[in-house]
Amino acid sequence: MSLPDALGHFGRYGGRYVPETLMSPLIELQRAYAAARRDRKFQARLRMLMTEYAGRPTPLYFAERLTEHAGGARIYLKREDLCHTGAHKINNVLGQGLLAQRMKKHRVIAETGAGQHGVATATIAALLGQECEVYMGAEDVERQALNVFRMKLLGAKVITVESGSRTLKDAVNEALRDWVTNVRTTYYVLGSALGPHPYPMMVRDFHTVIGKETKAQARKMIGRLPDVVVACVGGGSNAIGLFHPFIGDRKTRIIGVEPGGHGVASGKHGATLTAGRPGVLHGSMSYLLQNDDGQVAIAHSISAGLDYPGVGPEHAYYRDLGRFEFTSVTDEEAVQGFQTLSRTEGIMPALESSHAVAYAVRLAKQMPRSKAIVVGLSGRGDKDVHVIAKALGVSI
Amino acid sequence: MSRIDATFAALRARGERALVTFFMAGDPSLDVTERLVVEVERRGADVIELGVPFSDPIGDGPVNQRAADRALASGTSLVRVLETVARVRERVRVPIVLLAYYNPIHAFGLKAFARTAAEAGVDGLLVVDLPPEEATDLAAEAATGGLDVVHMVAPTSTPPRLRLIARRSTGFIYVVSRMGVTGERNDVPAELAAQVRSLRMVTTKPICVGFGIAKPEQVAAVAEMADGVIVGSAIVRMMEGGRSASLVDDVAGFIAELKAPLRKP
Repeated sequence: MSLPDALGHFGRYGGRYVPETLMSPLIELQRAYAAARRDRKFQARLRMLMTEYAGRPTPLYFAERLTEHAGGARIYLKREDLCHTGAHKINNVLGQGLLAQRMKKHRVIAETGAGQHGVATATIAALLGQECEVYMGAEDVERQALNVFRMKLLGAKVITVESGSRTLKDAVNEALRDWVTNVRTTYYVLGSALGPHPYPMMVRDFHTVIGKETKAQARKMIGRLPDVVVACVGGGSNAIGLFHPFIGDRKTRIIGVEPGGHGVASGKHGATLTAGRPGVLHGSMSYLLQNDDGQVAIAHSISAGLDYPGVGPEHAYYRDLGRFEFTSVTDEEAVQGFQTLSRTEGIMPALESSHAVAYAVRLAKQMPRSKAIVVGLSGRGDKDVHVIAKALGVSI
Repeated sequence: MSRIDATFAALRARGERALVTFFMAGDPSLDVTERLVVEVERRGADVIELGVPFSDPIGDGPVNQRAADRALASGTSLVRVLETVARVRERVRVPIVLLAYYNPIHAFGLKAFARTAAEAGVDGLLVVDLPPEEATDLAAEAATGGLDVVHMVAPTSTPPRLRLIARRSTGFIYVVSRMGVTGERNDVPAELAAQVRSLRMVTTKPICVGFGIAKPEQVAAVAEMADGVIVGSAIVRMMEGGRSASLVDDVAGFIAELKAPLRKP
């Protein structure tokens, strides 16, 4: 199967819904990416950096005590939290950073929610000697102060976005406005598998290393492919990276976990594929949280990285086909997931990844020990410690 | 012949250029919008672009973003904009083009939207984030209702794209005069004349230029090369003062100043 099509469509989803000023640059980007894919030197350099700089391959780890705690199916963790910068985001920014270099764009911009993608972009910009500016919603700047400082230490400029809901959605708006103004000199390092074509395809491709490694490791450790793969879905980049190589493996269930916030019924959540309708935001058609008048709703999640009312178009496509299943986990359950994994395994997951952990525990309870679940542990939780403390009513 | 075509034909016959004015529907209220449409036509606007507010206007600068926020805060929705057009249509003959983002139209339903808009007396649509490649479905519904679909060309548009846009755009072609988002500037870009010339090579359709045009002197300079001049943010900024009693008169006075250099000497 070869999706998306030449105009970036995954069935009815995806595409390029952008002002005309960005159309030619996006077509140019698509061509540059296609050329880089065919370029052996580019691929060799990317592989080298993935190994020697980012620390790939990341382990697949059998979480024995977590499995005992759940009392059912065996739970394995794909340890993207062990990547350089502490999250899977590095896979994509290495690819895009090299592409920016290849396109001779010396300034890179990015949006960030939790700050993970911003830190990853600032890291690569430092590595490649690029000027870097990161847009971040004012609310996220506040709740992710540590990552803001990390970006500054890496030499990036962080621009606080005060418009709209002051979170990830608005950071993307501002990054797009910057790009539409400076596109001739600037490369936009989009951080999730969304936005206009070719971003959803490109970001997916750079992250499929997660799923490919998982398959090879599972064959060795389990002797076969897992019965279920689970990952959290905000924009959906770590999820599509883990899921995509499994699409043709019909025996493996693929489950995305969305942020349930205060509960989907409360209306305060970010469960786009569970409760949204098709619409257009940030350059592509996908599911979208919106009101009856087509105004974009404000998402809510305890996890800044999942606090987004849209989702990548490829997830929308496979949701409609029934190949990907989607469920949600509340803020409270995610905090429990964080604590459970910390105490049973000595691994503090990012709040984003805690959603996937919480759901995997719930699911494992309903399955026999002979079954195997792989959880995409997309990032480490150090950045979230103060949010967890606040949720638990502890002052630190 | 659509109302927009007839307008440009009449202007051409008189040797005049079009003044295309933009303001946001519902800013500060739809009642004010209705009065503005009437006054703005009376004082010289040849085409009115009526903004449909959207929560995430990626093509707009701060002035138009704030206008959209005010309009949404006053309860403006696409359906209420269409009701307003239907009411004001009984009082004006000026062509009305809705300037929108795609999601509210998509949420309305393309067929229902095109029919309702045409019945309300809307003449054309300009959807900021809908390039020709993605506009096929909307264009088909719009054609059924007799609505023009205006597309934009940008400084980055390549020659093949200029041809594509010139072919698909109806009513007129909107030339984005500079990189970036909407907002007032003081100059006229040096490359604009060449940009318009290369578009003239591939089309005979009317060409209107917008983005950053805020003053009568800029209007006069752009009128040397284009069939129409689009002024937006400078008008929208006048709304920021709120609901002063003279608001509509002030805007109408500004429209008259902008139109003066476009009239036949």
